[in-house]
Amino acid sequence: MKKMKSSVVALAMSLGVVGAVQATDLTIATVNNGHMVEMQKHSSSFEAANPDINLKWVTLEESALRQRVTTDIATKGGQFDVMTIGMYEAPIWGAKGWLEELTFSDAYDIDDVLPAMRGGLSVGDKLYAAPFYGESSMIMYRKDLVAAAGMTIEDNPSWGHIRDVAAAINSPEDGVYGICLRGKPGWGDNMAFLTTMANSFGARWFDEDWKPQLDQPAWAHAVTFYIDLLTKYGPPGSSSNSFNEILALYNEGKCGMWIDATIAASFVTDPKQSKVADQVAFAQSPVAVTNRGANWLWAWSLAVPAGTQKSAEAQKFIEWATSKEYIELVAKAKGWGSVPTGTRTSTYNNPKFQNAAVFADAELKAILSADPDNSTLEPTPYTGVQFAAIPEFQAIGVAVGQQISAALAGKLTVEKALEQAQKAADREMRKARYYK
Amino acid sequence: MNLTLSQRKKVSTWSLGLLSWIVALVIFFPILWMVMTSFKTELQAISTPPLFMWEPTLENFSVVQERSDYFKYAMNSVITSFGATFLALLIAVPAAYSMAFSPSKRTKDILLWMLSTKMLPAVGVLMPIYLLAQSTGLLDNVFSLIIIFTMINLPIIMWMLFTYFKEIPKDILEACRMDGASTFAELRYIVMPLSWGGIASTGLLSIVLCWNEAFWSINLTAADAGTLTALIASYSSPEGLFWAKLSAASTLACAPIVVFGWFCQKQLVQGLTFGAVK
Amino acid sequence: MNSRIAKLLQAPSIILLFLWMIVPLGMTLYFSVVRYNLLSPGPLEFDGFSNYAFFITDSAFLPALINTLILVGSILIITVVMGLALALLINRPFFGRGIVRVMMISPFFIMPTVNALIWKNMLMNPVYGIFSVIAIAFGAEPIDWLSEMPLLSIIIMVSWQWTPFALLIFITSLQSQDTEQQEAAQLDGASSWAIFKYLTLPHLARPIAVVIMIQTIFHLSIFAEIFVTTGGGPGYDSTNLAFLIFSQALLQFDVGVASAGGVIAIILANIVAFFLIRAVGKNLMVQS
Repeated sequence: MKKMKSSVVALAMSLGVVGAVQATDLTIATVNNGHMVEMQKHSSSFEAANPDINLKWVTLEESALRQRVTTDIATKGGQFDVMTIGMYEAPIWGAKGWLEELTFSDAYDIDDVLPAMRGGLSVGDKLYAAPFYGESSMIMYRKDLVAAAGMTIEDNPSWGHIRDVAAAINSPEDGVYGICLRGKPGWGDNMAFLTTMANSFGARWFDEDWKPQLDQPAWAHAVTFYIDLLTKYGPPGSSSNSFNEILALYNEGKCGMWIDATIAASFVTDPKQSKVADQVAFAQSPVAVTNRGANWLWAWSLAVPAGTQKSAEAQKFIEWATSKEYIELVAKAKGWGSVPTGTRTSTYNNPKFQNAAVFADAELKAILSADPDNSTLEPTPYTGVQFAAIPEFQAIGVAVGQQISAALAGKLTVEKALEQAQKAADREMRKARYYK
Repeated sequence: MNLTLSQRKKVSTWSLGLLSWIVALVIFFPILWMVMTSFKTELQAISTPPLFMWEPTLENFSVVQERSDYFKYAMNSVITSFGATFLALLIAVPAAYSMAFSPSKRTKDILLWMLSTKMLPAVGVLMPIYLLAQSTGLLDNVFSLIIIFTMINLPIIMWMLFTYFKEIPKDILEACRMDGASTFAELRYIVMPLSWGGIASTGLLSIVLCWNEAFWSINLTAADAGTLTALIASYSSPEGLFWAKLSAASTLACAPIVVFGWFCQKQLVQGLTFGAVK
Repeated sequence: MNSRIAKLLQAPSIILLFLWMIVPLGMTLYFSVVRYNLLSPGPLEFDGFSNYAFFITDSAFLPALINTLILVGSILIITVVMGLALALLINRPFFGRGIVRVMMISPFFIMPTVNALIWKNMLMNPVYGIFSVIAIAFGAEPIDWLSEMPLLSIIIMVSWQWTPFALLIFITSLQSQDTEQQEAAQLDGASSWAIFKYLTLPHLARPIAVVIMIQTIFHLSIFAEIFVTTGGGPGYDSTNLAFLIFSQALLQFDVGVASAGGVIAIILANIVAFFLIRAVGKNLMVQS
């Protein structure tokens, strides 16, 4: 018995000793998008440069990742050392003190990070998440179809013009629909797009007293226009389409126009996955009464949960993954057309990138024109372009999105849908005690 | 046309066989389509009209293998589903046996109550369980998954075993008891062999349910204990085209359980012919 | 076997399940009466029944309740009838029966998320899905399944997955049916229908009861298929209770309201189970 005890002690000691020289494990939770998958592939070069750090990956689809990391950070579960979060979570979690402030060395050149991105991921002047890749939204249209109809699309066209173009190129008998837009209910699905559209029609989510504004005429105008447009010139099944469904339609040559994330540009211009790769042109998002908030702003970014024992190592990794050097590393391996975009000025200034990415200018212009702090015609108490950065927004966005998609499917009138949406939003805000 | 009885029987067997094949192909088609898609490129996968003839590629499978350690996930799936099934059968066989052969007034209520423990929606108790697992240090641990899988499937297993045991004719048992066999001997030599088919199909069911369990296996794991459903979650719905790669990942994730099911088929039929003696 | 041994044998499962039930249930009951949102941490204040009130007064609540019952009811009918028909169809030996059986059972092995993605993207999509291609080939207008008939689409997906379960249970049971009795009846000139009605169906009574009970439990909480395909929409057309609770728990992270929803779901499930037991329960206890 004694012998066994001592051998257990010896074993424990030897484990302890081994642990001291052994590498620190960093567990990284990330979303399964292409750029992150690429990062995982290159992580061996980080490990080679930092032999004391060992990376472990948890890659999940967006919704699973979101519920996973939120559960973990809110319960202080401590399962992850680095978390991939969006521009929606960063300011909320930062303000709650759930994230560590990020401080980088001078070589990181923080001023090179696009100001809109940096602003959207900070609270005050404290940076809580570093952008890994960012995006805005813009029009991606088929120049062959638009030209054949004898029309053009300029930057920031009016929504009326977009409707005319859609009408002119819509030809379902040839399998081409005038315009494809998101319709699947969800705060990050149809509501992300529809919020930018509503912004440009002069709408806002909340007034200065946090009262939901869905019962205001601007929302009714925007939603009526959206449903009319998609019903007449959109593909069937729009009310269950989101980014991926439309991407598949677009790459098969079935959409004349598509207004969505700028990241789509790299997919639709890739001949390996798009049949219309050389027929795509870009323009800035359409507007109605204002340019404000007409295109969204989003960044997938890396953050460190507060209270982790491995903060130094985690920050070191984030510094590497969001650095200029990392972008060059990807460029060397896969070409400049495949680097993560939307984060650094230096990327867009690079002539090699400009050559490789036909969408570079349009994307930069869209990102630069988005301002989360000033995205509506009338003043609001919230930040965010296509969302309001408050914890209640996810549930509100889902409830409203369901009503809009019902109206799109022809099951409700726009008035009824918005009336119920307003009611649902009001309930959530009341429960969260924004007002009595 | 005059056919003899045996001829008519032959025709009807033949045509029913044909019908079975057609129905089976229709039912199986979505899976076949998934497997076919896994051998296409992403562009071919979204092609309209759908491609039925194309040059197959193994690209998707190599991408999946390169990106994630398939065998680690598969191993976790095997450990959790077989572990939980074994544990659950170990607890449930004696219990179901005693409920089936010496039921009390409360047996029916107990069975119903057991089933009602499954009615608590998983998502509603995520926070309590997460906090419990965290405080016991069992987050991201296959052991906690085994326990949870055992518990969530135990009621189902109890029910199925109970019904299979009920099917054993009572007179056989009574004869056996007259001979003075012990409870254990009765269970070991009479009940188990007679209901082997039932136990096997219950076990198969439990393994399948564990294998496909997604909620707990995604929400309680991180880098170490993820099962194949977590692997699927890393291929479903990324930005960009994903059907071909998802199909490849799904084919890989479902293949072991389908092959296993195929082997069990034979076991089941054999077991059942044993069980048919009456 | 004396009753002491009987109790001893049953004890482990009962005790374990009791613990498994009581701990989370206790916590759920507690959370359901306090104000507890993960995203706005603070002391848990007692909040009476306001979480329940909030959940019940949601305008999605009634549609969700009805959809839940429609889903359970229709899927039960479809899977039991189809399962029976298929089990009888492949009960006699024919060429390649083993393969046919495996093919028919395999949908049950497919993960629900994958099932939903296959049906949504590759089969039901109105533009490039196989169904629309078939519809066009026959000169018909393709159906926009998920927008026009969201609930039916979900029912089809889930039935496709669960019919094999019923089938598996039924063939296992059919194999143990007394074939001599059937042959005797056949020689006496009994019709196939009479044999089915008076011999096969009574023999299958208990398996049918089990299939119904077990499936009810699973279908009361259908979630993955809805989340992946329709997101509960359009409107509330495919929202069920499980989806509603999910949106409280993992979108809103309101543990209080989600727990209240959970308690309501348990109550509902028990009501359903009570009626089910009265309907099919007597089959369970009969000794053969």
